[in-house]
Amino acid sequence: MSNETILQSTIGVTIPSEIDNHEEHVHHHHESFITKYVFSQDHKMIGKQFLITGMFWAVLGGLMSVLFRLQLGYPDSTFPWLEDIIGKWGKGGHISPEAYYALVTTHGTVLVFFVLTAGLSGTFANLLIPLQVGARDMASPFMNMLSYWFFFTASVIMLSSVFVETGPFSGGWTAYPPLSALGSASPGSKTGMDLWIIAMALFVVSSLLGGLNYIVTILNMRTKGMTMTRLPLTIWALFFTAVLGVLSFPVLLSGFILLIFDRNFGTSFYLSDIYVNGVGALPNEGGSAILFQHLFWFLGHPEVYIILLPAMGMVSEILSTNSRKPIFGYMAMVGSLFAIAILAFLVWAHHMFVTGLNPFLGSIFVLLTLLIAVPSAIKVFNWLTTLWRGNIRFTPAMLFAIGFVSLFISGGLTGIWLGNSALDIHLHDTYFVIAHFHIVMGVASMFGMFAGIYHWFPKMYGKYLNNNLGYIHFWLTMIGAYLIFWPMHYEGLAGMPRRYYDIGAWESFKQFADLNRFISTVAMIVFAVQLLFLFNFFYSIFKGRKLTTKNPWNSTTLEWTTPINPGHGNWVGEIPEVHRWAYDYGKDGHDFIQQTTPIGEDESIH
Amino acid sequence: MIFVITVVILVFLIIFQIAKASEYVAVLKGEDRARKENNKINGFFMIAFLIAGLIGVYWCNTLLIDKTLLVHPSASLQGEKVDSMLLVTLTITGIVFVITQIALFWFAFKYQESEKRKPFYFPHNNTMEIIWTVIPAIALTVLVVIGLRNWFSFTSDAPKDAMVVEVTGKQFGWIFRYPGEDGVFGKKYFRMIDPATNSLGLNWRDSSGINVKDDISAHDDIVQEQTMYAVKNKPLKLIIGSRDVVHDVGLSWFRLKMDAVPGTPTTLWFTPIYTTKEMKEKTGNPNFVYEISCDQMCGNSHYSMKGIIEVVSQAEYDEWMAKQKPAYYGAFPEKDPATIKPVTPVGDSTKAVAVKVNQNEKQLPKKAKI
Repeated sequence: MSNETILQSTIGVTIPSEIDNHEEHVHHHHESFITKYVFSQDHKMIGKQFLITGMFWAVLGGLMSVLFRLQLGYPDSTFPWLEDIIGKWGKGGHISPEAYYALVTTHGTVLVFFVLTAGLSGTFANLLIPLQVGARDMASPFMNMLSYWFFFTASVIMLSSVFVETGPFSGGWTAYPPLSALGSASPGSKTGMDLWIIAMALFVVSSLLGGLNYIVTILNMRTKGMTMTRLPLTIWALFFTAVLGVLSFPVLLSGFILLIFDRNFGTSFYLSDIYVNGVGALPNEGGSAILFQHLFWFLGHPEVYIILLPAMGMVSEILSTNSRKPIFGYMAMVGSLFAIAILAFLVWAHHMFVTGLNPFLGSIFVLLTLLIAVPSAIKVFNWLTTLWRGNIRFTPAMLFAIGFVSLFISGGLTGIWLGNSALDIHLHDTYFVIAHFHIVMGVASMFGMFAGIYHWFPKMYGKYLNNNLGYIHFWLTMIGAYLIFWPMHYEGLAGMPRRYYDIGAWESFKQFADLNRFISTVAMIVFAVQLLFLFNFFYSIFKGRKLTTKNPWNSTTLEWTTPINPGHGNWVGEIPEVHRWAYDYGKDGHDFIQQTTPIGEDESIH
Repeated sequence: MIFVITVVILVFLIIFQIAKASEYVAVLKGEDRARKENNKINGFFMIAFLIAGLIGVYWCNTLLIDKTLLVHPSASLQGEKVDSMLLVTLTITGIVFVITQIALFWFAFKYQESEKRKPFYFPHNNTMEIIWTVIPAIALTVLVVIGLRNWFSFTSDAPKDAMVVEVTGKQFGWIFRYPGEDGVFGKKYFRMIDPATNSLGLNWRDSSGINVKDDISAHDDIVQEQTMYAVKNKPLKLIIGSRDVVHDVGLSWFRLKMDAVPGTPTTLWFTPIYTTKEMKEKTGNPNFVYEISCDQMCGNSHYSMKGIIEVVSQAEYDEWMAKQKPAYYGAFPEKDPATIKPVTPVGDSTKAVAVKVNQNEKQLPKKAKI
C-alpha cells in the first residue's frame, strides 16, 4: 500500500535500529529529558501533556465553581478565609460581584475550551489516532508539538489574566459585545479581556494545528488493510471532531479579531448607539452587536460537538469491548456521527432565538436543531442494543461509559425543549439551560473523558489505576452529578435567570435559597471526590500495579498490539497489517479476534 | 476551614488505604475471582441506582414543583400556549426518558458477566435501525409543528389596537416610554442623552453639530423608570432597545423574553390576562409583583437589574396616565403649562405618518392609541 511506502521512506530513514531484532523497542535517537518530556514530538507524550494540562485546568475550573457555588449557596454567611486567599475579591468574607462574575466566566471558558476541547480531544486524538490507525506517529510530529505549546502559551496567558488588577474577564464565556468590548462598562473588560482574547486566539491556533494533523493522519497514514470502514469508532469520532474544529475555529478567530479592532482601534463592527454611564455617548455608530453572536455561535455550536463526539467515540469502543459484543450498527454509528457533524454547522442560531432574529430564519433553525435528535437517538438505541445480551464487565471505564449514556439521554432530551423556539422564548438563559448543557455537554463529556482515561491508562503508563478507587469515584460522581443538575431544571421552570450573583431580592426566585444551599454542598463533595481520582491517577503512574500483558481488556484494536511501554514509533519492527473491522467480539465462539488476525477459512460472514 | 481540609484529607487517606488493601487482597485471591465479585457488586448498584433514581425523580418533583411556574397559571395568552406546549414536550420526552433509562440500567444489571452466557454476536439489524430512526423523526415532527405554530403566532405583528411601550435597558435598570397624547414616539438620538434630564436622548432641541432637529412629537412623551403600567386583556407591544450593552427583558410570569440590543430595536407583544392584584390572590403571595428580570449578562450588577410591570384595569390605567407629566417639562420647567399661564397646545397630535425614531434610519411602526 502506498501509505506504507510513504512511511518507510519518511520514517524508515530515521529509525534503522527498529529493523534490528531488539526485544525492547530501541529509541531511534538519543532522547534527552527535554526532547522526551518537554519538547516531545512523540504523539503519546503530547497526549499526556494535553491530559495533564487539562487536568490542571479542570481542578482550577472546578475550584472556581466551588467558590461561586459558595456564594450562591450561602449568600448570607461570611468566610473570612476567602479574604486571605483572594484578597479584595473576597472582602469581608464575601465573594464580591466582580469576583463572582470573573469566576463564572473563567470557569466556563476554561472548562469548555481548555479542559473539554484540549484536555479531551487533544489527549485522545494524540494518543489514539496513530495507535489505532497503525501509524508510527502523526503526519507532522513537529506541528503536533507546536499545537501543544500554543495551548500551553494560551494557558499561561489565561492564567495570568486572573492576576491583573482589574480582574480577569467577567462578561460570560460567550463574551458578547458591547460588554466585552467596553472596559468602561465592566472592569473585567479592561486588561483581563485583552489577555482573554490573546489566550483564546492562541488556543484557536493550537486547535487548528492539531486538527489538521489529525485529519491528515487518519486519511493518509492508515496501515495496510485499515480501510476507513475498519476504523474503530473512536477514530471516526475524532476525525469528525477535527473537521468540525478546522472549519469552525477560524470563524471564531475572525470574530475575536473584529473584537480586538473594536476594543483597541476605534472600529464599530459590533458597536452602535452606546451611552455608557459615567463616560457618555461613544462615537461608534452602525455596528451590530448581533454579528458577534453569529460569529461566536458558528463556532460555539459545533464546539459542543467537538466536545461530545470524542466522548461518544470512546464510549462506543468501551461499551463494545466490555460487553464482549460488537458495537451494534457500526455503519449507522458512523452515519449518525456524520449527520451530527453536518447539522452542527446548521443550528448555531438556536442560541439566538430571542435576539430579535427574523422569525422565519428562527423557524428553519428550529427544524434543523430538532433534526439532530434523530442521529442522537440512533446512537442511544445502538448503545443500548450493544449492551443487550452482552456479557458485561464493569471496569471503571465501562461504568463511566454507561454513565455517559445515561447523562446523554437526560441532557439530550431537554435539548428538545430548548431547541424549540416557542419554548426557548420562556426558558432561554434560565437555569434550565444550565442544567441542560452541564448534563449533556459538561458532565457527559467529562464521563467520556474519565472512561477514556480508565480504559487507556494502561496503554499510557503501563500500569493499572486502582479499580476500587475508580468504583468509588464513579458512583459518587454519578449520584452527585444528578443531585447537582437535576433540581436546576426546576429553578429554570420558575424562570430563574442564570448568572445571578444573588437571588435574595427577587420575589419570583428567592424560594430557591434552600435548594441552592443543597446544590452547593453536593458540588463541594463531588469536587472533593475528583481529587480522589487525581490522587489515584498520579499515584498509579508511579506505584500502580504493573501490566503483565499487552492486551489487558482483551480488546481487538491495534493499540493493544504494541509493547506494554511503546517507544517513539509504537511498534517494534513492521506495523501490523489489518484484516478485519474492530468489533469482532464473541464471533464464532471466540471471545475476541484482533484486527490483525487474518480472516479464517470457515469464518461466518455477517 | 483548616479543620474541614484536615477531615477531607483523613477521609481520603482512609479510603485510599482500604482501596489499596483490597487491591492486594484481590491479587492474593486471584484477579479473576476478585473481578467477578466486583462485577456482581457493580451490577447490583446498577439496578439500585435505577430504582433509587426513579424514586428520586418523583420525590424531587413533589418537593420542588410548587416553587416553579408550573403550578401557577400563565399571566399572558401567549404564555398559556407555552405552558401547554411544555406539557406535551414533557410527556413525550418523559416517556422516552423513563424507557431508555430503564433499558440502560436493566440491561447493565441483567447482562452482567456470567459464565453461563455467551454474548450474542449481533452487529446490525436494518429493520430495528429503521424503526428507531422513523419513530423519533415522527415524534419530532409533531413537536416542530406545534412549536412553529406557536412561534409564528408569538412573533406575528401585534394587533392594531395594541398599546405600545418602549423599553430601554441600561446598566442597571429599565426606562419605559409612552408616546403621550399624540400617540407617536418622538425621535431620539443617543448623543442627546443627558442622564439627569433626558435619559433616552429625545430630540427636544436643535443641535446642528450632530444634525439633530427638535422633534415636537417627543415633547409629550412620558418617560418612567423601574415600573411600567399595562392594561389587563389589552395587547401590549414592547419596542425594546438598550442604551449600552445587551440586556434582556425577562418576563417569566408571562413566559416570554426578548433581548435588548443597542442599535437594533426588537419587539415583543403579548396580552396580559391577570392584573397584579389578581395574581396576588392566585399565587397567595401578598408581595407578588410582575418582575422584569434582566436575562442577559450585562455587568457586575446584572443580578439586581429589576423592573416591575403593574397590570391594572383600563380605568386604573387611565387614572394613572392622567397624572403623568411629559418628560420634556422635567428638562424645560419653564415650558410647563402648569408653571406658565398661557397654555400652549401640545404638539400636532394628528400625525400618523411614519416618523424616524433616530438618525440611524430605523423605522419603527408608530401609531399607537392609548
